[in-house]
Amino acid sequence: MSENLTPDKDLSPAATPPARQGKVSSRVIEHYVAPLEETPLSAVDSVDVTAAPLSLWAEAWRNLRKQPLFIISTLLILLVLVVAIFPQLFANVDPTSCDLGNSAEGARSGHPLGFTLQGCDVYSRVIYGTRASLMVGLFTTIGVLIIGGVMGALAGYYGGWIDVILARLGDVFFALPLILGSIVMMQLPAFRENRSVWTVVLVLVIFGWPQIARITRGAVIENRNADFVTASKALGLSRFKALVRHVVPNSLAPIIVVASISLGTFIVAEATLSFLGIGLPFSVMSWGNDIASAQPQVRNNPAVLLWPAVALSITVLSFIMLGDALRDALDPKARKR
Amino acid sequence: MFTLRRFLQLIPVFFGATLLVYFLVFATPGDPIAALSGGKPMAPAVEAALRAQYNLDQPFWIQYGLYLKNLVTLNLGQTFSGQEVAAVIGRAYPVTARLAIMALAFEAIFGVFFGVIAGLRKGKLFDSTVLVASLIVIAVPTFVLGFVLQLVVGVQLGWAKPTVSGAAPWNELILPALVLGLVSLAYVIRLTRASISENMNADYVRTATAKGLSRRRVVVVHILRNSLIPVVTFLGADLGALMGGAIVTEGIFNVPGVGNLLYKAILNGETPTVVAVVGILVIVFVIANLVVDLLYAWLDPRIRYV
Amino acid sequence: MRFSRTSKALGVAAVLAMALTACGGSGDGGGNAGGDTSKVISANSTEPQNGLLPANTNEVGGGRVMDLIFTGLVSYDVKGAIQNELAESIKTEDSQNYTIKLKSGETFSDGSPITAQNFVDAWNFGAAAKNTQLNSYFFESIKGYDKVSAADSTLDKMEGLKVVDDQTFTVELAAPESDFPLRLGYTAFYPLPESAYKDPAAFGQDPIGNGPYKLDTGGWQHNVAVKLVVNDKYNGPRKAKNGGVTFKLYNSTDAAYTDVQSDNLDVLDQVPPSGLQNFKTDFKDRFVNQPYAGNATMTIPSYLPEFKGEAGQMRRQAISMAIDRQQIIDKIFYGNKKVAAEFTSPVLDGYDANLPGSDVLKFDAAKAKAMWEKADAISPWPAGKVFTITSNIDGAGNKEYITAMANQIATNLGIKAELNPIATFKEMRDLVNKKKLTGASRAGWQADYPSLYNFLGPLYGTGAGSNDGDYSNPAFDAKLKEGLSAKTVEAGNKIFNDSQEILLKDLPVVPLWYQAVQGVWSNNVNTVQFGWNGVPLYYDITAK
Repeated sequence: MSENLTPDKDLSPAATPPARQGKVSSRVIEHYVAPLEETPLSAVDSVDVTAAPLSLWAEAWRNLRKQPLFIISTLLILLVLVVAIFPQLFANVDPTSCDLGNSAEGARSGHPLGFTLQGCDVYSRVIYGTRASLMVGLFTTIGVLIIGGVMGALAGYYGGWIDVILARLGDVFFALPLILGSIVMMQLPAFRENRSVWTVVLVLVIFGWPQIARITRGAVIENRNADFVTASKALGLSRFKALVRHVVPNSLAPIIVVASISLGTFIVAEATLSFLGIGLPFSVMSWGNDIASAQPQVRNNPAVLLWPAVALSITVLSFIMLGDALRDALDPKARKR
Repeated sequence: MFTLRRFLQLIPVFFGATLLVYFLVFATPGDPIAALSGGKPMAPAVEAALRAQYNLDQPFWIQYGLYLKNLVTLNLGQTFSGQEVAAVIGRAYPVTARLAIMALAFEAIFGVFFGVIAGLRKGKLFDSTVLVASLIVIAVPTFVLGFVLQLVVGVQLGWAKPTVSGAAPWNELILPALVLGLVSLAYVIRLTRASISENMNADYVRTATAKGLSRRRVVVVHILRNSLIPVVTFLGADLGALMGGAIVTEGIFNVPGVGNLLYKAILNGETPTVVAVVGILVIVFVIANLVVDLLYAWLDPRIRYV
Repeated sequence: MRFSRTSKALGVAAVLAMALTACGGSGDGGGNAGGDTSKVISANSTEPQNGLLPANTNEVGGGRVMDLIFTGLVSYDVKGAIQNELAESIKTEDSQNYTIKLKSGETFSDGSPITAQNFVDAWNFGAAAKNTQLNSYFFESIKGYDKVSAADSTLDKMEGLKVVDDQTFTVELAAPESDFPLRLGYTAFYPLPESAYKDPAAFGQDPIGNGPYKLDTGGWQHNVAVKLVVNDKYNGPRKAKNGGVTFKLYNSTDAAYTDVQSDNLDVLDQVPPSGLQNFKTDFKDRFVNQPYAGNATMTIPSYLPEFKGEAGQMRRQAISMAIDRQQIIDKIFYGNKKVAAEFTSPVLDGYDANLPGSDVLKFDAAKAKAMWEKADAISPWPAGKVFTITSNIDGAGNKEYITAMANQIATNLGIKAELNPIATFKEMRDLVNKKKLTGASRAGWQADYPSLYNFLGPLYGTGAGSNDGDYSNPAFDAKLKEGLSAKTVEAGNKIFNDSQEILLKDLPVVPLWYQAVQGVWSNNVNTVQFGWNGVPLYYDITAK
């Protein structure tokens, strides 16, 4: 940039009227711009130097709260959260009292979605399955975002040996089969006796972080040499602060996209683990567990599979919408003024 | 130089991965020799002899050491059925590689195409349709989706053979590759869409439009090229995942590939097979990531490696 | 979803199909006349887990191939009765010393003659510990087995086997065993050609046998297929009626099922759980559904403190009566099994469905609850203890019925009960072998040879190899011994059934149901018969 500003042309400051330098048009254009000193800035337009500048996040929040996409998705997520925390408000049939006599029966009064193969109430299981599924999806996503995000950002931004070590570590972890890792992890004495949602979250985080790490690394590499980073460094920001304040926020778009989809795939991954006997214990209800158990009857009784899948879809949809809204709000270029 | 260094990094990564995976198999509970007997009795002397034959009576470090010793002479060990692991893997990897490349091509081509359109027409009908389709793919696990597609396309419509025959030719792999690539397709579409809509308002796009370039040229040359970095990153990481993680798809369509081999070997505690499969996977990862890094520099000239 | 309409339409057709198939699966094989005997038929299988050596093949994938490319002294017909293959006669006076005469002029597929020496060498090879053959325990009744099977033994000949001449050899057992001749059709007892011993591992990859088929050149394509062609040197009763058998190797029966549906595979011997509800309508007159020699049980180990003594016996009975077997069969297996009435299988000679004491296997929730409370009065069930049923769930279809069973036990006895899933079979075997089970476990038996004793001795005899629950009762052991030394198989069976009355009181395992084979075939072949062990008679299949 600086070369362009070298005064190879005679730029006389505050000339009135502003004369065009270089290639001068032959046309005479009238300019109605008053000299600056003659028209003082009005109070509204003046920069209030005492007010704290709005941070990127605060600006995003202002932008966000007006978006219908954001409002709808937040309401949906709140609904899912309430169902997860207070399932008993939404269903009054005990999801664990299953009578084989009702096996695969259709809907009837009090059981709006029918029964599973084991004779459990489908509606009740979908409602009560929300908690475990949401916990697995949400906490795994948060976990991989923290670990993968930090690893990827550091690797991409600093490059060199940090990149070599972190990126290759990611390669090693990514190559390890999830199933093998899970079988081993679930056998650790700490997990064996009290297998829970947390065990599953831990396993999925350990074997899932490299994906986010790679996406973050790519986005950071793309942005680390951008003008605004150079500018912020020129303004005296330390390298690390430039990463945190400028590079990362501008690299968030692909991370948000991947994270919002992964939330759904983690819930499904839990199903696969449960299916193989290394996920949640069968006494913990989850959508994944129910989808997996319904698979053999998909030809004859697809509804049993459909409902937990629908619940899963709605959850994923609301997080994808939230991600979209958040991404738009964070993107200064897309902001409409 | 950059490339050469990357290849040198393969050595510690390979040994790190094999050591880790060897340890993981070692740490899995259960007794592979007991499973070999199929739950029927086995003479104790036979059991002891078998244990010695596979070094299973040795402590971990000696087992791994013996494995490395064989590895140096390119001996990957034997399966419990007495076959050379190298031969077994040599048969399975080409099939899986074909499947993974087809799935990758499928998700790259359709993902970018749909993603671009959805990004350009954000909020319109096409965009919403793609979103709903992606939701189905995400929410219905592969073991259900694959099963249903096999039944509809393979059995009821009869458009393709429901399973893949031994040689696994390209044309029989189309349906499996489709199923395998579906979930990643959702990622690619949404990544492309996000990137495109972000770049549409960039200064260089305004410049290009102002220069009077056609919309097509603006989209393809300027927006797309600048939007591909996250997509390429994802696809690079996905290649390895497709090669190692095709267990379910390979099971449904009976593809004689690596996924099933790995799965069975893990269940049976057949260490040499698991280690060899993962060892090769790690190499694939490192090379795929190298290609991705080189592509970064091509896509965005500001990115340089020293 | 997408299938709701289709499945309703199929439902209407089901009634029709039932009527049509009433005779479809009867299996007297009259329909094969006039079929094409030159075409190769295809069937499902799994990759053989070991080299193809008789004494090293202990699972179905290898077993199916072995039984076609080898033949022994006898084989089993469709009903499980023994028929002579290579044996001219098998004679004994005392059930302990057998004289076996071979037919003359029989050869292996490479033309070398089959002599008494081939049998004796093969059996010695299989028994000797140094050869690490998985089936070595099958020779344990032969005198001298204990010496060749001892750890670090260098001996490789059992003193009980003696060659008399080229066509004759004698077998001396360590103790009288009346059902010994019944065993001789099992895979472990096949002969081997001289060429096998030079490099047994290489032989196992490309074996030379003497059965109705032989392995095609390069026929074993690992993880893909095993191709067999007709062996024209074979002269036994199982003469091939087709041009060969190609076993396609599958990782899941779901995939094989779709292949048969689209005529891409000719025979499938096991309908997957996802097809159990539909196979009769999917295949109209091209299926069988018949019992075979196998059962499912639930082992309650004797080392569990709650299941010891008088209270323990009551608890076992209470659990048995708390399970509504018929309901599970109807709802989970769509009626495709039969409730167990004792510990063996109805396809065996000597089977008796009305043994005294078999009422304990009948569902009776009230009686079960009362019995459980009576046991509690003696020694209370620990508060909050969960009755677990351990099972590996890497195989298909175990999870569903065990969950259903646990639910029934929980409801009917008022305790907590659940499935304890184990990820791998090897871990499951380890728990069982090391006696580390903390509750009941899934179990079952598939006959090696058609005999009541095969369902009793190896499973419940004190210290027997497959006695997973560590059951021991001297009275039962004595009955077994008495049955084995009976002069005839029939006399032995009566005594074996007496011994089952003891089991019905002790319930070392809770019998659940008898297995049935659900097999289907394509439009390209004529009616397929399935044998006593649930295996299709591959040699008998003709193409259309």
